[in-house]
Amino acid sequence: MATVSLKSLKKSYGRDEVLHGIDIDIADREFIVVVGPSGCGKSTLLRMIAGLETVTSGDVLINDENVNQHEPMDRNIAMVFQNYALYPHMTVYNNMAYSLKIAGTPKAEIKERVERAAQLLQLTEYLQRRPRQLSGGQRQRVAMGRAIVRKPAVFLFDEPLSNLDAKLRVQMRLEIRKLQRELGVTAVYVTHDQVEAMTLGDRLVVLNDGYLEQFGSPIELYQRPATLFVARFIGSPAMNIFDGMADGTQVTLDGGVRIDTGIAASGRVKVGVRPEHFVADTNGAFKVNTSMLEQLGSNTLVHGTLAGASGAGAAEIVVSLPGIHTEAMVGEGLSVAPSELHLFDPDGKRIDG
Amino acid sequence: MLPLLLILPQLLVSLLFFFWPAAQAIYQSAYIPDPFGLKTQFVGWENFEFLFGDRYYLESFKTTAIFSILVTVLSMSIALWLAVMADRIIKGSGVYRTLLVWPYAVAPAVAGILWLFMFSPGIGLITWYLDQIGVDWNHSLNSGQATGLVVVASAWGRISYNFLFFLAGLQAVPRSVIEAAAIDGARYWRRFWTIVFPLLSPTTFFLLVVNVVYAFFETFGVIHMITAGGPQQATTTLVYKVYADGFVGQDLGSSAAQSVVLLLVVGLLTIIQFKFIERRVHY
Repeated sequence: MATVSLKSLKKSYGRDEVLHGIDIDIADREFIVVVGPSGCGKSTLLRMIAGLETVTSGDVLINDENVNQHEPMDRNIAMVFQNYALYPHMTVYNNMAYSLKIAGTPKAEIKERVERAAQLLQLTEYLQRRPRQLSGGQRQRVAMGRAIVRKPAVFLFDEPLSNLDAKLRVQMRLEIRKLQRELGVTAVYVTHDQVEAMTLGDRLVVLNDGYLEQFGSPIELYQRPATLFVARFIGSPAMNIFDGMADGTQVTLDGGVRIDTGIAASGRVKVGVRPEHFVADTNGAFKVNTSMLEQLGSNTLVHGTLAGASGAGAAEIVVSLPGIHTEAMVGEGLSVAPSELHLFDPDGKRIDG
Repeated sequence: MLPLLLILPQLLVSLLFFFWPAAQAIYQSAYIPDPFGLKTQFVGWENFEFLFGDRYYLESFKTTAIFSILVTVLSMSIALWLAVMADRIIKGSGVYRTLLVWPYAVAPAVAGILWLFMFSPGIGLITWYLDQIGVDWNHSLNSGQATGLVVVASAWGRISYNFLFFLAGLQAVPRSVIEAAAIDGARYWRRFWTIVFPLLSPTTFFLLVVNVVYAFFETFGVIHMITAGGPQQATTTLVYKVYADGFVGQDLGSSAAQSVVLLLVVGLLTIIQFKFIERRVHY
């Protein structure tokens, strides 16, 4: 139904540039998640697509049509806000019917569409209530319903689940995904929660400080983070980063550990290893002194310091071992398959072999 | 003991300046004192009986009703319009707001004088302009003009106050709700009437109550300055008549009876407002 393209999109507030040229092509029916820490410009990006913020330079295209100068109402989009932004003085029914009434839709059709949306979202019995009589999850559904009834080309979500408790968040996450598939609409979803991003998105846009760090599928981002920022941001617990000196396909970490990377590089580098990619190995190069164990049942998180051959420069390390471990590790060996190592240059760019 | 102590100042003020005078008024309304206050005579309901047989008194009810409605509607609608406009302004909004709030600092009597100067039949600037376009302005003879001038002057003094509340109310409407309405397809004025105005209703209701009370009581200064109730009692509101009969006419018994009536009228009005209008307010 709709494609969305952003062409070197920039946004400034006065002299302050907050988005520095974003290029994204979103395919029809794709679910795109924009993720990044707070203040990275992700909400601004979404609001520019919605038409709630003006475009400083660059273009927003919906279905190949430039909509820079279009009012929000002329863009055929629907948006779900973080605080839901329901009309507090209207019933649930009227909240959902509002846009249709404005569009001059016949009464019978409004009724039919609102009731169908209510059914889909299990809101039928609440249609005559006002928003303040609803729970957070129900309000969230009403906000979704209001977006659905319009049959928009693009759904925009601005951190819609951040006001819900953890359990409801997981449930609503699944429902949003299911709904988007059923309705076959293109969706852009903004969140700071990387788990939400990984589970929802067909592709992820990682923003940092107004720059596009990486645009790709969740697995791509996990397996081949393009920058140090993405490497740290995606995955939980976060990737271990060790400073070191590269020489050919070998790196000597500060503290003396020498590892084979299989990637040719030279000079100062950063080596990234995900906690779950460490394997217990008596001959392993990484030796860990445990400071704390976290038992998660299915796996155990070992927090500690990296004991180098020389014993100096103790870097922090987190290791995730499968199963239950109750013994603290003291100088025990760990190894990592070279294919699971990530190498970054001092600017944070990925180095590929 | 402590709670009582803490509300004592408020209690004292209420007792001293409200309950005691009110009781005095009720008490005096049953008596007729002589002009020098040397002796009083108990007359029972006679003060009230006389009042409701008095054509001028009954007319001042009508005057007050027209006056209150006009002042309230005029000052509230202009204030709302100004607040909406000031809310839209981004550059220099502080200057506009200051200028719009400023008239609130002008005392009613001073405001009365200002308007009197502009519209004075002999020397008024606006009277002169009106004369140039063929309008003969003399509010000391023409009762319609007198009412108009007093209404405008009273409403003017009230606009700043109402503006301030409306502006605060407008700014309390969540931005995202308005944005949601914009995405839903509502253009500016549609958004205003279907979203903003209903959400403003607590403010509007509050101002309605306060403005009616204002129109009843606090317009005394303006009326006194501009028309002194004339011509032919055309601008004599209930509260002005209390003053005119009591302090000018020295008919203290009648004045007290009028105060009691006024008390009942305002009480009744406030009850009606809370009972019937508040139901339509969305908090």
